[in-house]
Amino acid sequence: MKKSTVSTSEANESGIENKETDGLNQRQIIVKRFFKHKAAVASLITLISIFVVVYTSLGITIGFSKFKFSIPGWWPYKITEIDPEGAMENICNGGVAGCPTLDLAPSFLDGDGIRFGAHPFGTDIIGTDYFALVMRGAQQSILVMLIVGILGIVIGTVIGAIAGYFGGVVDAVLMRLTDMFLVTPTIVIGAVIGFRFGNLGVVPLAIMLGLFAWMGLARFVRTEFLTLREREFVDAARVAGASDRRIIFKHILPNAIGIIVVVGTLLLSGAILAETALSYLGFGVRPPDVSLGLLISEYQGSFSISPWLFWWPGTLIILIALCINFIGDGLRDAFDPRQRRHLTMKDRKKARELSEASA
Amino acid sequence: MLQYILRRLGMMFVIVFGSSFLAYNLQAYSSDPLSVFGESTAENKDYLILQMTRELQLDVPPPIRYFSWLRGIVAGLWGDFDMGLTRMKLPVFEVIAQALPVTVKLVITSTFLAIILGITVGMITAIRQYSRFDYSMTFVSFLLFSLPVFWVAVLLKEFMAIQFNDFLVDPTIPPVTILIFAAVFGLIAAGFVGGARLQFFSVLGGASLFAAGLLSFASATQWFIEPSLGIFGVSFLALCNAAIVVQLISGLDSKKGRITGFGTAVAIAVLYFPLQALMSADASLVNVLAIFAITISIGSAIGYFASNIDRRVYIRIGFFTALISTVPILVDRFMQEFSAYMNSDAVSGRPVPTLGQANDLLTTEQLENFWISGLDTALHLVLPTIALTLISFAGYIRFSRGSLLEVLNMDYIRTARAKGLSERTVVTRHGMRNAMLPLTTILVNDFAGLFGGAIITEGVFAWKGMGRLFNDALTGYDLNLFMGVFIISATLTVLANFVADLLYGVVDPRIRIRK
Repeated sequence: MKKSTVSTSEANESGIENKETDGLNQRQIIVKRFFKHKAAVASLITLISIFVVVYTSLGITIGFSKFKFSIPGWWPYKITEIDPEGAMENICNGGVAGCPTLDLAPSFLDGDGIRFGAHPFGTDIIGTDYFALVMRGAQQSILVMLIVGILGIVIGTVIGAIAGYFGGVVDAVLMRLTDMFLVTPTIVIGAVIGFRFGNLGVVPLAIMLGLFAWMGLARFVRTEFLTLREREFVDAARVAGASDRRIIFKHILPNAIGIIVVVGTLLLSGAILAETALSYLGFGVRPPDVSLGLLISEYQGSFSISPWLFWWPGTLIILIALCINFIGDGLRDAFDPRQRRHLTMKDRKKARELSEASA
Repeated sequence: MLQYILRRLGMMFVIVFGSSFLAYNLQAYSSDPLSVFGESTAENKDYLILQMTRELQLDVPPPIRYFSWLRGIVAGLWGDFDMGLTRMKLPVFEVIAQALPVTVKLVITSTFLAIILGITVGMITAIRQYSRFDYSMTFVSFLLFSLPVFWVAVLLKEFMAIQFNDFLVDPTIPPVTILIFAAVFGLIAAGFVGGARLQFFSVLGGASLFAAGLLSFASATQWFIEPSLGIFGVSFLALCNAAIVVQLISGLDSKKGRITGFGTAVAIAVLYFPLQALMSADASLVNVLAIFAITISIGSAIGYFASNIDRRVYIRIGFFTALISTVPILVDRFMQEFSAYMNSDAVSGRPVPTLGQANDLLTTEQLENFWISGLDTALHLVLPTIALTLISFAGYIRFSRGSLLEVLNMDYIRTARAKGLSERTVVTRHGMRNAMLPLTTILVNDFAGLFGGAIITEGVFAWKGMGRLFNDALTGYDLNLFMGVFIISATLTVLANFVADLLYGVVDPRIRIRK
């Protein structure tokens, strides 16, 4: 009995952790750890809701000019429609038209009660519904973010994997190439590309930007591969006659997935910030199309008169990037086995009770 | 070692060559200077096209044109450096030489601030891991990571400049604002100090009361129009600073440390009036340096005479106390000019500018006055510096937090604790010093990287630096200017990497550079 109380805290604290992972496979452990990270789960839910609202409200058009396939959205206004009468109905700030009709303060606070109104985000100067504009901008920004992110992850993983696995001359050449791209600030490459491809539309722009987004990830993947390829299971696979491609994709890559996912999420949040910055500078998405950065750039002058034109797109950018960053943080915790979860007061209490019960 | 350096230098040339080739072709193929004639109806359209083609050598394919540009750069080896002409027929080198100091000024100020703040906050969050302060700072740093610089810039312009200038017309702070500021200040201070619940709330209360008192005083005395620290402010700041320096270097329980630190602080307070003579209207940078030399030598001397063994420690206390405590004296001197500056015709009561890097309307008399022109530069720096600092600050918090946490898990920290060293010594001497080592790497890299980040900031605040040049080059199809800016930034980045690696080998003897 004495013996067990001496070793209480440390043994049982790690005991709890082991018990949590008993009988689960790697994937289940990671999922379980991820769902323990409250901020990450909340961010995931927020992000999914943002995506759903953004893509269902205005509807989506898939395909090219001939084979167009549209799903209509539930939002009554289009970005091409103007509604001057609706804008005039809601006047605030001493005569500024088109104020947001959204009011979230309950009636006991300001008497108006909770309402959405016809134009919850307000309208711009000529009466275009701002909710529609912001949703359209978010659609484009998210699209760019996803294309840039996926291209960056795929190219970065392949280049990093090849450099790290084969080493020697291949590694030296690929890494010098990576350095060459790295010394150019992203915004510089982005601006040059955006200046040329921005007028072609969002997708070509995103693809071009994605071709220059892989450098950071490639370095991380390479380092990971350098250590992993020395491990015994790689030797075992090689002795068993596995080809290089099989070893890379079937044996090493699954073990490096943690770093890829974590750096990949950071790449995504960097991509949306880069896209908005480029559009803001005029090198990204061009009018008549909209993106969140473009909306900010367009309406920054009217900040003191109609600030909502400035707040909504900015808030949406921050919300998306913040959610992705938190999800990345949760994923890092989930994938990193060295990461020991912080034991809360509740856990310690449980540990003490457990040890007393077993004693 | 020499072989290593030579090999790295060789590699650097290859990288700069490759990336400049890449950038040149990227830019040349993606821009079409002739597009300006697309809708031209000029009679001599064909002639103009021909003229521009000749002028910009558009008939030569870009990969070959690149080498004619490169020849000018390589000629620098025998002193015949030539970066070509801009479209405006100005030498690129001169244009860049004018713009570079502007950007460097901006980047140095913001990097400096971000480092000091970021490392302080990061290390405190590491020491108080999993505390409320840690969680809130983690949230803040994630938030800062997600902020678009241009969006922050617009907000800063509105709230820090336009509304602050409006506020200066009648600088009385409403009680609600005082309460909010005091509460926020109290929470931050209490988070810094930490400790048990009782200590937390007493620090919270004390700091809030202090902040509220200070703000009410400032409001009542119209401090914001006629700011000054005076002898009392300077002495108070010097004493606080001395307490922090002594606590960090030797611990407040060391008697010699206290004598040195507080002695230096008192000496600086005594020197306040005599030093004013050195800070007359016709002073220059030399005077400022002289002031620092005087105070630092006094501080070091106090450290030297206060101790008989371990003199280096006490000299260091005197040195840093004097160095930091002299800053309020200079700030006070700048503040003395504020009222005159603000009411001058050039400024007309709106001291915080939203655009530009200097006030063009200042008279030559004002420009020649070191204090007024310094004040002008400082006020123009405020907004862009805050914007850049906010963005890079988050990185330093995360990095220094992670670094210190890793070090604190090391075996030598356990050994230090087992030896019975005080927690302060363990954390500052054994922990922080080692945690700072990896910071050298990101510090140097960040500095180079900020040149890229300055593009947006310079755009928003209309500074005429490298970012502006880059922007002009891109929209004006100015290939030579573009390459000039590019080559500078690429070379800086590569050099920074190299210096970081070398430095790391110097500061951390565990790292041996491969022969």
